[in-house]
Amino acid sequence: MSWVLVMPIAVPFLTAVVAFLARSYPAGRWISLAGSVLTLIASAVLMAAVLDEGVIAAQMSNWDAPFGITLVADYLSAVMVVITAITGLATAIYALGEIPEETEALGFYALFQTLIAGVTGAFLTGDLFNLYVWFEVMLIASFSLLVIGGGKERLDAGIKYVALNLVSTLIFLSGIGLLYGITGTLNMADMRDAVANAENQGLVTVLAMMFMVGFGVKAAVFPLFFWLPASYHTPYFAISAVFAGLLTKVGVYALMRMFTLVFVGDVGFTHEILIWVSLLTMFTGVIGAAAQTDFRKILSFHIISQIGYMTLGLALFTPLALMGGVFYLVHHIIVKANLFFVAGLAKQYAGHTDLNRIGGLYKSAPLLAALFIIPAFSLAGFPPLSGFWAKYLIVKAALELNMWFVTFVSLLVGLLTIYSMTKIWGMAFWKPHPDGIDPTPDRAPPQVTRAMIVPIAGLALMTIIIGFYPEPFVQFAETAATQLLDPTDYVTTVLGVQP
Amino acid sequence: MEALTAIVIGGLTAASVYLMLARNFMRFLFGLVLLSNAANLTIFASGRMTKGHPALVPYGEDAPLGVVGNALPQALVLTAIVIGFGLLAFTLALAFEGYRRMKSVDTDEMRFAEPKEDTTK
Repeated sequence: MSWVLVMPIAVPFLTAVVAFLARSYPAGRWISLAGSVLTLIASAVLMAAVLDEGVIAAQMSNWDAPFGITLVADYLSAVMVVITAITGLATAIYALGEIPEETEALGFYALFQTLIAGVTGAFLTGDLFNLYVWFEVMLIASFSLLVIGGGKERLDAGIKYVALNLVSTLIFLSGIGLLYGITGTLNMADMRDAVANAENQGLVTVLAMMFMVGFGVKAAVFPLFFWLPASYHTPYFAISAVFAGLLTKVGVYALMRMFTLVFVGDVGFTHEILIWVSLLTMFTGVIGAAAQTDFRKILSFHIISQIGYMTLGLALFTPLALMGGVFYLVHHIIVKANLFFVAGLAKQYAGHTDLNRIGGLYKSAPLLAALFIIPAFSLAGFPPLSGFWAKYLIVKAALELNMWFVTFVSLLVGLLTIYSMTKIWGMAFWKPHPDGIDPTPDRAPPQVTRAMIVPIAGLALMTIIIGFYPEPFVQFAETAATQLLDPTDYVTTVLGVQP
Repeated sequence: MEALTAIVIGGLTAASVYLMLARNFMRFLFGLVLLSNAANLTIFASGRMTKGHPALVPYGEDAPLGVVGNALPQALVLTAIVIGFGLLAFTLALAFEGYRRMKSVDTDEMRFAEPKEDTTK
């Protein structure tokens, strides 16, 4: 069984090694592409196994849990791994068009594949310290990817991103140490009982807050998000798309895992804080976006705003809300990565990302305009696109709890999201180009356009499919939420015994 | 021993927070180093400090004899030190390159990715 769980991590790592050796040759990019295809296949195999058996676990080197490192996949982990592989493949294709040769020669594809391996590892591990190690793998790759290519802007962004992320990692690390001190275990499934039986429940709550801060910085929730709008608009578009899609979601995933599996002793306190944090995240994010006029800066602030919906799903802590949260995670990764892809192609055509300096894209590139509309309106929650169902589930969960204020904020933020999306639409697509020229697709070489439009169209198609046939996805999210709220299966599968 | 370690950790953390509040990025980095050491000591201390023997199995035995120290936190700390070392090396290189390009280590002057603050008010 164990190879099913290992392959989605091992394949990108091996690809990274081979791609690094071939970095100076054109073969490097095709190796990366082939590796991403193989990763997707490995993830699909994992998904099939999880759908078949519910929860699967493997003990590394045959050290039995809770002593060894466990890899474990339940519905949530499996879907995150698959969506990571999909984003990875889309980015690998997109990078063919965008990344210049000198950046490739610096080892771009090796770093990119390492990033994917780190993200996948974080989703699959069942060991807290191992989670820290995956975070670091992911971080070091992301640091390098952010500054690769150089330039003042990127270095400035990189320094701020690195500094804040390292502080959060150290908080997380101290939290792990102290939690180990209380429970004597690092295995997350084993920790559940150990934490529940701990003598000093007050200390457990303090540690829960440490983890909330540590993961909160990664997830970019209010008031810990300042590194995100300072950095996400600077790297290559392929990179900012994969960051926007995946990195903050690792933080959200870690929050969801720890606050459903381990820290459930004082839900009234911890999850109440999460509700307020989520609402403020949603609101500040969307207001921040309204003040921006740069394509990518608007999108960056919207990441923050949307993260709030996901953590809200966790914070409300009902089956329906968590189901909405899981659905939102998946929907958001597809849509947000796609919007950054669109921004990149728009820059190729129109020459800039500042909305005041571009325009006329609707007339000259109607296909791109159509492909922008889909993720943009899905993000804003228009039916029948995927974002509508995601928001619908969260709002319904809030209504069922009679939380009128929460419902009001969720709907208001949705409305303000429409404002930002129509702003991009109006300024980049409808308004004539301020220089009086028509941004023509001819400005980009045809192979560049082809490499960039394929992933955009693919992800847009997925948005539409989820929108029109939400049934299987919603059912999947429902099972994932059930597993999160009642992790008996998870615990027994990892530990191999009845608790 | 625990009390002394706790005071050391507290001192390190306080010094690191003080350094990290500085505008100078190099001071921030030194603060980060101290904080990472404080985190490592925390892990070490939370594994319980025992006056024991090293967790080694003597020749010809199946298990270590007598009371041995907890080996797991040491392994964790070792991992954390190695990772921290690598990240710090990267960050120093990044800071140096940043200084070379931006001609400053003052975070108030590093405003190339973000809009400059309005200082006229």
